[in-house]
Amino acid sequence: MVDDRTWEGLTNALLLADIGLPTTEALLDGVRHRVGAEGVDDIEGVLGLLKEEILDRLGGADRSLAVGGQPSVWLFVGVNGVGKTTTIGKLGWREASAGRSVVFAAGDTFRAAAADQLQVWADRAGATMVRGAEGADPSSVVFDAVEHAAARGADLVLADTAGRVHTRGNLMDELAKVRRVADKGAGTVTETLLVIDSTTGQNGLIQAREFAAAADVTGIVLTKLDGSARGGIVVAVQEDLGIPVKLIGVGEGTDDLVEFDPADFVDALFSVDVPA
Amino acid sequence: MFEGLSSRFEGILRKVRGKGRLGPEDVEEFVAEVRVALLEADVHLDVVQTLLDRIRDRAVGVEVAGALNPGQIVVKIVLEELTAVLGGETFRPAYASKPPTVVLLAGLQGSGKTTTAAKLARWYKGQGRNPMLIGADLERPAAVAQLRTLGDRISVPVFSDSTDPVAVARAGLAEAVRLGRDVVICDTAGRLAIDEDLMAEVAEISAALQPHHTFLVVDAMTGQDAVTMAEAFHSRLGLDALIITKLDGDARGGAALSITEVVGRPIAFASTGETVEDFELFHPDRLAGRILGMGDVETLIEKAEETFAAEEAEAAAARMLAGTFTLDDFLEQLRALRKMGSISSIMEMVPGMASQVRDLDEAVDERRIDRIEGIINSMTPAERLDPDVIDGSRRARIAAGSGTQVGEINQLVKQFREMRKMMKQMGGRGPGRRKAGRAKKKGRGGRVTAAGPAPIDKKKGLSLPGLGMSPDDQGPSSGGLDLTGNWPPGPTSGR
Repeated sequence: MVDDRTWEGLTNALLLADIGLPTTEALLDGVRHRVGAEGVDDIEGVLGLLKEEILDRLGGADRSLAVGGQPSVWLFVGVNGVGKTTTIGKLGWREASAGRSVVFAAGDTFRAAAADQLQVWADRAGATMVRGAEGADPSSVVFDAVEHAAARGADLVLADTAGRVHTRGNLMDELAKVRRVADKGAGTVTETLLVIDSTTGQNGLIQAREFAAAADVTGIVLTKLDGSARGGIVVAVQEDLGIPVKLIGVGEGTDDLVEFDPADFVDALFSVDVPA
Repeated sequence: MFEGLSSRFEGILRKVRGKGRLGPEDVEEFVAEVRVALLEADVHLDVVQTLLDRIRDRAVGVEVAGALNPGQIVVKIVLEELTAVLGGETFRPAYASKPPTVVLLAGLQGSGKTTTAAKLARWYKGQGRNPMLIGADLERPAAVAQLRTLGDRISVPVFSDSTDPVAVARAGLAEAVRLGRDVVICDTAGRLAIDEDLMAEVAEISAALQPHHTFLVVDAMTGQDAVTMAEAFHSRLGLDALIITKLDGDARGGAALSITEVVGRPIAFASTGETVEDFELFHPDRLAGRILGMGDVETLIEKAEETFAAEEAEAAAARMLAGTFTLDDFLEQLRALRKMGSISSIMEMVPGMASQVRDLDEAVDERRIDRIEGIINSMTPAERLDPDVIDGSRRARIAAGSGTQVGEINQLVKQFREMRKMMKQMGGRGPGRRKAGRAKKKGRGGRVTAAGPAPIDKKKGLSLPGLGMSPDDQGPSSGGLDLTGNWPPGPTSGR
């Protein structure tokens, strides 16, 4: 039996997954329409339609990481504490394991010991590390790293940047400059990845919009999905801004960075975790 | 996408215009918009339901009168409910009688614990304490190096070791005792609430440290998961308070409010930027306004207060100066004054205002105004227009009707006469003086201006808004009613 309680339950599940009210209402409107048209009358059937609706909105995107420069530069951006440095560490390990020569650019020259943190990951991954002094101009650090990689014939530069709150205009300008400068020399920026913490609520959409405006974001890395948060805001990000999730972080180990699978993601939206 | 709650109400306002009372259907329209605003602000779904129930209960049947339009009344109710949640219990930093005072920080990865540890240490330094930091995050690469760098920057010693987090915590505490540091702040690794092993570990650290304060560090951008997460930490560690970080962004911070409501622990500190100075004790008022996307706090008070009070006061002032001031006018003035008292709960939301509001509350003795209002209400229109008609039998009737003593009525009438007389005199003083006496600018009665409230001199009492009298010129006893003195007068004082 599909009744008001069914719809309320689905609304609540979507809201609790941080899908957000506008997207939730749009999704359920679509499902309601189909429930009527297709004569679905059981909860499982409705849930199935809802999952299809979400998948429709997530589907069809190219989630591969583009290469094509000499070297290719992948730039990592996002607010503070979302997991940019850790993501670079894990991705560097993955790419190096796949036989690519990888250079890390320690473009976070602001946070204390951020470069030290990245160095640990570079050692784990067997990547070369280019770093500047604390407080150095991040653009020049990234530029140096790209030149260094070009001179050595390396395939890939993974460039870290300091976390920044998107409301800080000067820091967003700085980021735009990093993005431009990274493209200037021998290399080509083929991916600018916005890292979003899956615990992020409705602010995630604003983050995505602002970072996309400043740095031409090509994809999302959704981190910390091994917790109880669902990261539902990325549905709105893809629908509103057309930016797909490309990778997800599911732990702190070297291999805890995997491809985004829309079907798994949608299933997880409706599952229940019990905290320890 | 985000807009202030007031502006959301604009469409509804047109529909309810002219209604004297909000019916259930009107309230539902407002409540629907409040729901949207709260959900956009990341207030937890269950907390939204609870808040909406409370708001609905209070808003239905509310009379639409006076300074505020229906939308503003609802905004006021919402603000009051949010502030009640946030300010229900405030955090007060306490110090152990036998130092050191031990502080434990816990939270998810990336919530900002390490930076917060340094900021908190700096804050304690500012309180004249000698803090020490313990770096017990051995999980994240270079977390300890980060803490050491920050410790150097603020000249606070940092203890760590490469053993294990529990041992580091224990040894760090011993080191603090040895060095005679009186506050110890322990940074821990970020952990997920569903990670059984790491949650057990932080519980062990807590057992080893026996902290006086355990703070959960919460990112202001957190969504619906915040409550689940906080409950898990609370059940393991027994949280004392929250520290909310990244408030320099534009996230509304509804998650922090939700945790406060569900876990019942206050927010102690707010972190508002990347440098160690960007850290302060938490102000519940600011977050309440922020959740609703305000702006609205100031505009609500200022606009309503200014337009309403200024118009009323101006009209009354004109009558006063013409010498036709009546007890009805007087009652209006009293009501305006009272409105300020009841609005004091909102005014507390304006940063830096809480103490001024307390002064205002003391100055305006509610019970006393009640009695005066009772007396005037028990008079006939004719008596209000001209109190000279009140003879002995009328006095007895008014006293019986208002539940007061005959002496009180005498005193009120006497004071009113003096006031009216004085006003006539002022009104006749010539144009320059008249202008100065007009209440075009703010009255003196602690009225809120954009620059902050006028200071209230408790000794002189609060002159009524719009009277346009300067207590400096007249002195309190010859001027307006002294609302701070002893009231009611004893039965013998009535003549």
